[in-house]
Amino acid sequence: MKTQRNAELGLLAFAMALVAAYGAIVEANQFDKITPTFWVPAALLSVLFLGLHVVVRYTAPYADPVLIPAVALVNGLGVGFLRRLDLARSIANNEPEPGFFAGTGGRQLAWTLAALILASVLLLVVRDHKVVSRYAYTLGLVGIVLVMIPAVLPSSLSEINGAKLWIRVGSFSIQPGEFAKLALVSFFAYYLVRKREVLSLASRRFLGIDFPRGRDLGPVVTVWLLSLLVLVFEKDLGTALLYFGLFVVTLYVATERASWLIIGLLLFFGGVYLAYLLGASVGGPFANFYDRAEVWLEPFATENYDRVGGSYQLVQGLLALGTGGLFGSGPGSGSPGFVPEVRTDFIFAGMGEEIGLFGLSALLVIYLLIVERGLRAGLAVRDSFGKLVAGGLAFTLGLQVFVILGGITGLIPLTGQTTPFLSAGGSSLMANWLLIAMLLRISNAARGPAASGGGVDRPGGPKKAPTQLHGAMTEVIKP
Amino acid sequence: MPEFVLTVARFGFLILLWIFVFTVVGVIRKDLFAGVRSKGIVASPRGVGGTVPSGPPPAKAKRGKAARQLVVTAGQLAGTRITLSEAPITIGRAEDSTLIITDDFASARHARLVPRDGQWFVEDLGSTNGTYLDRGKVSGPTPVPLGVPIRIGRTSLELRP
Repeated sequence: MKTQRNAELGLLAFAMALVAAYGAIVEANQFDKITPTFWVPAALLSVLFLGLHVVVRYTAPYADPVLIPAVALVNGLGVGFLRRLDLARSIANNEPEPGFFAGTGGRQLAWTLAALILASVLLLVVRDHKVVSRYAYTLGLVGIVLVMIPAVLPSSLSEINGAKLWIRVGSFSIQPGEFAKLALVSFFAYYLVRKREVLSLASRRFLGIDFPRGRDLGPVVTVWLLSLLVLVFEKDLGTALLYFGLFVVTLYVATERASWLIIGLLLFFGGVYLAYLLGASVGGPFANFYDRAEVWLEPFATENYDRVGGSYQLVQGLLALGTGGLFGSGPGSGSPGFVPEVRTDFIFAGMGEEIGLFGLSALLVIYLLIVERGLRAGLAVRDSFGKLVAGGLAFTLGLQVFVILGGITGLIPLTGQTTPFLSAGGSSLMANWLLIAMLLRISNAARGPAASGGGVDRPGGPKKAPTQLHGAMTEVIKP
Repeated sequence: MPEFVLTVARFGFLILLWIFVFTVVGVIRKDLFAGVRSKGIVASPRGVGGTVPSGPPPAKAKRGKAARQLVVTAGQLAGTRITLSEAPITIGRAEDSTLIITDDFASARHARLVPRDGQWFVEDLGSTNGTYLDRGKVSGPTPVPLGVPIRIGRTSLELRP
């Protein structure tokens, strides 16, 4: 199969041209003229992505050609939109135009640099995705610890806007959960490769669907309880849904049993409804979730709108989307200042006002294509661990977009997830670029030709396949 | 800036955004059909009776064409393709195999495929449950014709041109 690296380069150039055009239109709308330096942020981004492209050329020549340009476009538009907010603010305050590395847009640019360096390092260090499976239990432990840290920390160090998802040190804050999902996917994949036979073979048939035996439900129930604990102590439905959905889907991919999905959905909706009822009657740790559900059910009710922490945010987001209409008001000419948290959680609402339904659906299709390429890599790769990791990572990305977008549009209760690659924030950007690097690595293994003995060049790997076995009647037994 | 320019820019940007989406889809499409086209080559000698004279061609096609792909037709990895080069292919549960099958009936190093003068040979590496070429058990290096299933545990593999 062709490497298609040149196709990647071409698409990348196209994406960066779009980002530059976005910057130009923003300036035209904001300043009523296009400054001679409008192209600088796009050029800086191009240099960064070109660096990653070169790394991929050398370390993963057969990697999927679509992933980097698609993600680069979303990332670039995110930087462009954040810069647009900075420009609007500087105009309102009569300040000079902010520098390219100043303001939220500049910070996001710097975070992109950090994220791309991390992704390159991952590609350089992990030359074969199967190596990751050796550290599966360590990664699982790391993942659980990362999830638990904010829950254990006192609120002053971990709570922002009612969700305990953070570690705050001074003005600096990171969201460990973003990184935890990567570690957890690797662990789930390894565990399920080991256990898939038991989970998929022993079953009872009921209503035409194969259901697993009661005792095999152990792991799924454990993860369900863990994610309910997350829901209660970190007060965040989105994260709980993310982890639980991730596990159930990996389980489904591993066993090819639709019953796991049914069980998962029933458990999740049951758990959430229970939390809602408990929140209504008992309050305490469930109160936060009950409030959010109330806001979701009746966003336009006056008592919800006026309440502190009520539906003000959600309604402003909906109004912004409605104002945008089909084609939007044009980049740079909307008024995203009305939407609270427009830099992070509500970035889709803010952008939606300016690029309209047409633009938003293009962005959504790009997310969809990214997820599809991830699943495709999972389908084509030649080992089960790689299949499960790629499937799990791609699904996580899709689910995260669903959770935040569903929240903004009022489809599900709003929870503070970041929009991957778009929202301002370093943790999210770095974690998601690491995710893309892993997908690139797996798709390289999937699309590349089979090397001798499967040893995709593993530098310094002490384990070399015995080249000559001939007809020796021995079986190499590995622990 | 005149209103007209801004309007053109506003719609132009959306159109460009969608052109990007369709360009990406085009690249993906090329990628998807790379596999399908090679399948067409397999199907044409058998399926199209009109263009190819009946009788000898299928057998001839099988002998004459070199195998270019190894396709997994059954088992957990069904649908996986490996593009063949000059390198031998090892199959088994071991992590360093070319094709890693997680199958209770497969050994760590189960079998391997070796090319010799354009012909591929399958060789059992002393597996517990054996390797089968079509119905027969493989005992020594055996030439593998195109389209004949190699069975390992619950997995079936075929060579395709």
